[in-house]
Amino acid sequence: MKSKKTLLAAVLAAFAGGTAHAQVSDGVIKIGVLSDMSSLYADITGPGSVVAARMAVEDFGAAKKGMKVEIISADHQNKPDVGTSIARQWYDVDKVDAIFDSPNSGVVLAVNQITRDKGKALIVSGAATADLTGKACSPNTIHWTYDTWLLANGTGNAIVKTGGDTWYFLTSDYAFGHALERDTEAVVLKSGGKVLGKVRHPLNTQDFSSFLLQAQASKAKVIGLANAGGDTTNAIKQAAEFGIVKGGQNLAGMLVFISDIHALGLEKAQGLIFTETFYWDLNDQTRAFAKRFAPANGGKYPTMTQAGVYAGVLHYLKAIEAAKTDNGTKVIAKMKEMPTADPLFGKGRIRQDGRKIHPAYLFEVKKPSESKYAWDYYKLRATIPAEQAFRPEKEGGCPLVK
Amino acid sequence: MDSIFGVPTQALFGQLLIGLINGSFYALLSLGLAVIFGLLNIINFAHGAQYMLGAFCAYFLLNKTGIGYWWALLIAPLAVGLFGMLIERTMLKQLYKLDHLYGLLLTFGLALVIQGLFRNEFGSSGLPYPIPEALTGGHNLEFMVLPNYRAWVVVASLAVCLGTWFVIEKTKLGSYLRAGTENPNLLRAFGVNVPRMITLTYGFGVGLAAFAGVMAAPIYQVNPLMGADLIIVVFAVVVIGGMGSILGSVLTGFGLGVIEGLTKVFYPEASNTVIFIVMAIVLIIKPAGLFGTQK
Repeated sequence: MKSKKTLLAAVLAAFAGGTAHAQVSDGVIKIGVLSDMSSLYADITGPGSVVAARMAVEDFGAAKKGMKVEIISADHQNKPDVGTSIARQWYDVDKVDAIFDSPNSGVVLAVNQITRDKGKALIVSGAATADLTGKACSPNTIHWTYDTWLLANGTGNAIVKTGGDTWYFLTSDYAFGHALERDTEAVVLKSGGKVLGKVRHPLNTQDFSSFLLQAQASKAKVIGLANAGGDTTNAIKQAAEFGIVKGGQNLAGMLVFISDIHALGLEKAQGLIFTETFYWDLNDQTRAFAKRFAPANGGKYPTMTQAGVYAGVLHYLKAIEAAKTDNGTKVIAKMKEMPTADPLFGKGRIRQDGRKIHPAYLFEVKKPSESKYAWDYYKLRATIPAEQAFRPEKEGGCPLVK
Repeated sequence: MDSIFGVPTQALFGQLLIGLINGSFYALLSLGLAVIFGLLNIINFAHGAQYMLGAFCAYFLLNKTGIGYWWALLIAPLAVGLFGMLIERTMLKQLYKLDHLYGLLLTFGLALVIQGLFRNEFGSSGLPYPIPEALTGGHNLEFMVLPNYRAWVVVASLAVCLGTWFVIEKTKLGSYLRAGTENPNLLRAFGVNVPRMITLTYGFGVGLAAFAGVMAAPIYQVNPLMGADLIIVVFAVVVIGGMGSILGSVLTGFGLGVIEGLTKVFYPEASNTVIFIVMAIVLIIKPAGLFGTQK
């Protein structure tokens, strides 16, 4: 059915003289932003990711180029079964060509497989698991913004180097937490550190006091938070209450977003060290983006995952323009072939395993006295060059890499 | 005897205490639910949203008017309680003659609407609320640092729970309330204004939820969704305790807090399901709940 339509479109296009949007199936490029719209990751991704996607379509100038691009979105509620049924519905019935964002590694690993089976395109920004470009890599998937390997090496290395050589993990009990814990543990062990214990908490936990006490009892120097969003902010806030940092233990937020810092307030968050690949106050281009983005997102500044959706959509549309088709497998191949250039992540490239390569930054949260204007939260501690930021292609175990 | 199943006894004391602290939130919230169910026969699924409203009320008081925690403990329950009474007067009142299910659906819908509106406005990552000056810091109890604020939570919650139980079970006002549920017509014949009493009771139950919300604000983020998951757990607590039993819901609240706390040590992965397992077992053995009486 699908191929018949594509064929028909192609024939029509041939008669029309072959414009840029000629081979686009049913004349519309349909982008689906599949995200957590209502729960603990909604501020990191969610509605802000839709805003970012829309801005990318605008900035690409789709309308001027005669390309019709439509954006739809849905809430996967952090449930893989909900996520997969939306993905199927989108691909089979609603004629969606590509899915973007998808925080929650559990959901995205499932959608990854469906996308591959249907020959569509998946550009991941929100989810973290490095398995997406490792054993679960696919010719239909690109992992844009960051991954657990990057976080583990960026933050983990920096902390072990400054003397944090014994660790205890508070881990979110699903694919993402497990991957982040595994990758961080590898870094700690490799640099001669020790892991004294770990505890796995359910996703979206309100009270961390019990887990924090266990971490405290371990006497580890560093308590690694292998979780995200509301789980991280609650753990940090409650650790202060139980005098964990005062007692000489340090917290390492393995995955922290600017929305978390905003929610915690600088008083509680100051001094945290973590790795991100985007910060709105890096340069003139990122600042200009943030100033446009915030009013459309209820005043909230962009997180790195929302920035990743913007850059991903931009590159996706460029690839469609160049490849003259919206066939998922072909577009992803084209995206890997073309070097990337966008205002937020700069120049970069996409590897065969689907990993997008760009620099990463080690940030430290400012003291309240150092913050001069709204959302002025980070100090840059170090820049990790693009080629060192991500797992070497050969080590991931991706079958696509020859 | 320094360890039980590999967990040091010292650590175990800490966990028991933590369980009690979390239990005090369950107790406060399930108490409100039990009062409302006992006297109005309404399963108030908006309880979680009202708890959230209490926390937000405290946040607004602090950030818009500079009114601090202690006044918020008084003002937020009053304000949210009034809002509750408005809901009772305008909507719930119409449903008393119908099946329980209608009240449940209405309050559940209300909760979704309120939470949705707040989420839309304030996002999902929550807003910070500081611990009041007088209660910062903690005491070192050898086996753990007990934050002063958490100690206060247990004391305040116990006081409110016992106070409520006393009023309902031991005073004349309480006897009116209980009579009103048994036989409203007879009570009316004695010249008591039953509808007003019911409105006030609902307001009180809602006020309890808001009180718990203010108590929770400094510990958890002030978050539009803070009550969304909690309501399910608290509902389970009420079912285990026995629908409508005041003392039952308080004791069960504290007890389940402790059970959940211990689960977090021995098998943390199950910590968010253990309460429902207990619920299933109790319902099989004693369908009316631990403290409930079969009607």
